[in-house]
Amino acid sequence: MTEQAYSKPIPVPQGESDYYWEKAKAHELWLRKCDDCNKAYFYPRDICPMCFSRNTSWIQASGKGTLHTFAIVHRAPTPAFRDDAPFVVAMVDLEEGPRMPTNLIEVEPDPANISIGMAVEVVFEDITDEISLPKFKPAG
Amino acid sequence: MADLSKSVAIVGTAESDEIGLVPNKSALQHHAEAAFNALEDAGLTKDDVDGLFTAGYSTLATADYMGIQPKFTDSTSIGGSSFIVHIAHAMAAINAGYCEVALITHGQTGRSARAPFPPDPNLPTMQYEFPYGFIGQPINYAMAANRYMHEYGEDRTRQALAEIAVSTRKWATLNPKAMMRDEMTFDDYHNSRWIAWPFHLLDCCLVTDAGAAVVVTSAERAKSLKKKPVWVLGAAEGHDHMGISTMPDLTSTYSRETGPAALAMAGVTHSDIDLAMIYDSFTYTTLATLEGLGFCGRGEGPDFVAGQRTAPGGDFPVNTNGGGLSYSHPGMYGIFLIVEAVRQLRGECGDRQVPNCKINLTNGTGGALSSTGTVVLAID
Repeated sequence: MTEQAYSKPIPVPQGESDYYWEKAKAHELWLRKCDDCNKAYFYPRDICPMCFSRNTSWIQASGKGTLHTFAIVHRAPTPAFRDDAPFVVAMVDLEEGPRMPTNLIEVEPDPANISIGMAVEVVFEDITDEISLPKFKPAG
Repeated sequence: MADLSKSVAIVGTAESDEIGLVPNKSALQHHAEAAFNALEDAGLTKDDVDGLFTAGYSTLATADYMGIQPKFTDSTSIGGSSFIVHIAHAMAAINAGYCEVALITHGQTGRSARAPFPPDPNLPTMQYEFPYGFIGQPINYAMAANRYMHEYGEDRTRQALAEIAVSTRKWATLNPKAMMRDEMTFDDYHNSRWIAWPFHLLDCCLVTDAGAAVVVTSAERAKSLKKKPVWVLGAAEGHDHMGISTMPDLTSTYSRETGPAALAMAGVTHSDIDLAMIYDSFTYTTLATLEGLGFCGRGEGPDFVAGQRTAPGGDFPVNTNGGGLSYSHPGMYGIFLIVEAVRQLRGECGDRQVPNCKINLTNGTGGALSSTGTVVLAID
């Protein structure tokens, strides 16, 4: 897929998320973790949103999780998504604890085929030369 | 905290001249028309206004446009609930002596705007939600509603959403200012197209052009104005996330805090409420908010709204203007809840008047189920 052809929103990495997107480009999912309260969190930011500690680091996620919820988008929110509709927006509870927004792909966009709680695993979609989006598919 | 219950009153309120599909008016025009009409309703003039409140725009824009030089200014912008929160802020400012006549305005041309707001790539929602199509509230709220269905049962939730859509439309048929005035059947609801499953089209609010304004002043000043004061008995506000993916619990809105707090300040209980005005961005918002506010327990909403209980003639009237679902919703809707609550308390609602309406609870939800503001209003 060429950069010119991709018209959906492309994340603009910020200083504190450069690492997240660099790792995503390498098809790895990394999370921020607080070394004081010992919890991982999403989205990445330097200061822990739970205990406000600055003692935070990065951990690699397993890429496995369960489906927390989803919706099947029939009316595209912007023209760039029209070719995708119907598509599945979803939130995944990662094994490491955090919940993250994503798309569920490689599945028929039909509520009969998708159930909350189902096991899912990460898969990366290269949308530009610089950015790969972590998405999820039913665990194989 | 000081007891501010009944220390201020709403003394004027109105919509802009025309609401619905208004292609040739700017948002600021709606602000100014609504301000003019609300001040007239109060029997006040622009020169009386010394506190100015709005959301979306900064008050710099609204004050400049209307020619107001406020000495107290508040542009708190936390989504569609902002204007409910402004009432509490006006109460605080008036009691502290920062201003005496607070004018809250809103105007928005969600349907006809000639230019959208530019996105801000610095926001986490832009970086982590937008790329996946988490754009616009139907998609965000649909994910919350689906989680609710998972926890409390799909069929009974679906029936509850239908009950709310149909009952709200019944109220709209009685409101000449409502955009959607044709009757809606349960079949109409179930047969309407999917927007974002589990939401049908008829689960979703309208997108309109509209403005409204509210005037708040001290108890002292309120007594000498044109209409009977509508007292602010209680108020509370708060939020617990921004984007839907950071909502701590998708089936519990922050109304769980603001509802009980506002009722406690007001010194009334749920059974005292004659009219509930609940921000219905979606049918689901009403369902989840009724539970959050404590009118029923978690997961009990479907039983609570069953049998058209919230419709005209039902014993628990909700959203008597026809709501965001069927009356008007320009993008941020909260101020219109207050317009209707005040009119009901004053007995100005004609065919849709709730008999003996003395105490109202109004709750606004903003953002992606993010923020809530609750007020309890009453008339002597």
